[in-house]
Amino acid sequence: MSLRGIAAAAGAVVCLGAVLWLARPEIQEWLDDSLASPGAAREAAAAGSATAAGSATDSPDATGAGGATGAGSATDRAETAGDAIAAGEYLARAGNCIGCHTRRGGAEYAGGRAISTPFGNVYSTNLTPEPETGLGAWSADDFWRAMRYGKSKDGRRLYPAFPYTSYTLISRDDSDAIFAFLKSLDPVRSARVEPDLRFPYGTKLALLVWRALYFEPRRFEPQPDRSAAWNRGAYLTEGLGHCGACHSPRGPLGGREADASYAGGNLPTVGSMEGPMEGWTAPPLRPGEPLSARDTDDLAALLKSGVSARRAVTGPMAEVVFHSLQHLRDDDIRAIVGYIASLPPLPREAAGAGTRVPARAGENLRVAGASVYAEHCADCHGRRGEGEAYVYPALAGNGQVTSASPANALRSILFGGFPPTTEANPRPHGMPPYSHQLSDYDIAAVLTFIRGAWGNDAAAVSPVDVSRR
Amino acid sequence: MHRMRVIPARAGAVLLLAAAAATTPAAASRPSDAAMAERLEACAACHGEAGRSSSERYFPSIAGKPAGYLESQLHNFRDGRRRHTIMEAMLALMSDEYLADIAAYYARQEPKWTPPASAWPAEALARGRTLVEEGDAAKDLPSCASCHGESLKGVAPFIPSLLGVRPEYLSAQLGAWRSGARKAEPPDCMAEIAQRLGPQDIGAVTAWIASLPYPADHRPQPSLPHDLPLECGGVR
Repeated sequence: MSLRGIAAAAGAVVCLGAVLWLARPEIQEWLDDSLASPGAAREAAAAGSATAAGSATDSPDATGAGGATGAGSATDRAETAGDAIAAGEYLARAGNCIGCHTRRGGAEYAGGRAISTPFGNVYSTNLTPEPETGLGAWSADDFWRAMRYGKSKDGRRLYPAFPYTSYTLISRDDSDAIFAFLKSLDPVRSARVEPDLRFPYGTKLALLVWRALYFEPRRFEPQPDRSAAWNRGAYLTEGLGHCGACHSPRGPLGGREADASYAGGNLPTVGSMEGPMEGWTAPPLRPGEPLSARDTDDLAALLKSGVSARRAVTGPMAEVVFHSLQHLRDDDIRAIVGYIASLPPLPREAAGAGTRVPARAGENLRVAGASVYAEHCADCHGRRGEGEAYVYPALAGNGQVTSASPANALRSILFGGFPPTTEANPRPHGMPPYSHQLSDYDIAAVLTFIRGAWGNDAAAVSPVDVSRR
Repeated sequence: MHRMRVIPARAGAVLLLAAAAATTPAAASRPSDAAMAERLEACAACHGEAGRSSSERYFPSIAGKPAGYLESQLHNFRDGRRRHTIMEAMLALMSDEYLADIAAYYARQEPKWTPPASAWPAEALARGRTLVEEGDAAKDLPSCASCHGESLKGVAPFIPSLLGVRPEYLSAQLGAWRSGARKAEPPDCMAEIAQRLGPQDIGAVTAWIASLPYPADHRPQPSLPHDLPLECGGVR
């Protein structure tokens, strides 16, 4: 064997060794799984008796965080099966299960929606209690294992498009309640669709390594020095709400960067359909400066109704409001807002990655943009970008307008859209699409104008970036 | 572009009240046509003020079309049976109730349509007229008039008028039905018709319909004097 051959072999051994070393907790767990089947009999929980789970002693996880999460648990104790199902339905809303697990035009919770990721597509599964294609043969233990450990009934590791990195924080009681609700649905036959991932992302080894890098089963630990409302907010935001799935940046392998939680994220592929729904950015949730009472009121209204005194939700967040947040109680909305307001502030965003516009060209764009604005936008958004409370969002001081990346504002101008219909806003006002009315130059101009007017101070947008969308 | 404007403070107050009284059905009292027009500016961008599209443009005029038909189409776009990127995104997060309101609003509007000038080969017009008025028994094709009404003005509330759209739009819809890109609730009678028609006859039907004048009384007829020749999921 030549020296080169030996070096190559040694290199391969080192690489494999490194991969195995990284994946060693996962491999250990995999070996454990293969040797002993997990889960003592806790079937009683599935019938809706959430207290049964509380008395189980085989796992420290069973006590969970339910007791610390306020509103939910007191009612759970005194439940009938119907109450448990209702509680589970509410929790399923808080987790927005329906959003991913429903195909457009398909039966609710029957799965089949394509979840596009930078690595290919995975397809959501059928959560209805159909015996062969759904959760009909699952027990509450199986369901808990999926939520807590990201593993299917047969022990298969689940792709992290299912946000078990967040759901791992959910209490056993809440998991059981959601399961009881899902079991109460009408069974719908809807076969599993195999994922469509590029090599090597679809391999077992890739999943083992990913999990070793980015996943650890955790428990929600209430902070004793914080209020019950804060802890409830933390539980909902970090756990069921899985807000960080979009609002935290992801590394090249799709793992969340722990030290940059809620610093905002790009959603290059997230969306319900190709075209207008793709390419949004999720804004940072950590405030640049402390939120005033007015700010938190505004955020609470936005999350609950889709519109507020100053804003309107757009893009993937509009889906979250439609399917999930509008159904939450006001105290839970307030708890989430309170938790977000308490997050450590974020340093000001760095400049965006778009095409740099020379000062002179930027000035020309601004001048042209002022007349485009007067003709097409001022009627609704106001001459000073003040908008109209609960109807048209203000553009002055609007983070979606002034963010480093103009992606979201650009999509709104190009394709328009409506905020979601909600109980408080059953007939929303829509934004017209301008992609076929205005030239790329005029769109860049008006966006440049609004990003620099009325106290806004964001960089100019190049017509090149508009045509490149 | 002229719009009726609600005083900002009043609109906000109405919404706040609606939010406060969200438990009562009063929150859902129906807005005026002017208030609906303001909400639906996004639609006017393509379909024109009050749904009256200009015949210079491809987008169909939707003013005065039967409410049930419009509502079905809104559902079809929202639920993925009809494809149009912007329509799908606009409707994705709308409740059934809002879609019903939108359909009813456009159905109430007066259409205005000047058919675009067109010239068609005589044989296409002749074949088209036969298909529209009599159908073709050999191809098992009922006439267009047997469902869309003798004057093709549609039948309330589910069957649309065939007048007041550009020929390009009409032939594109028949083609989309033929290829499966456009669907209606099953049984999808128009998919069946488009299959039987074939490309040649689609051109002929389109030519004849495009050559017809737009009637002064455009309202759909209230009912059909006979049963539909095919079962249609969209006609309930």
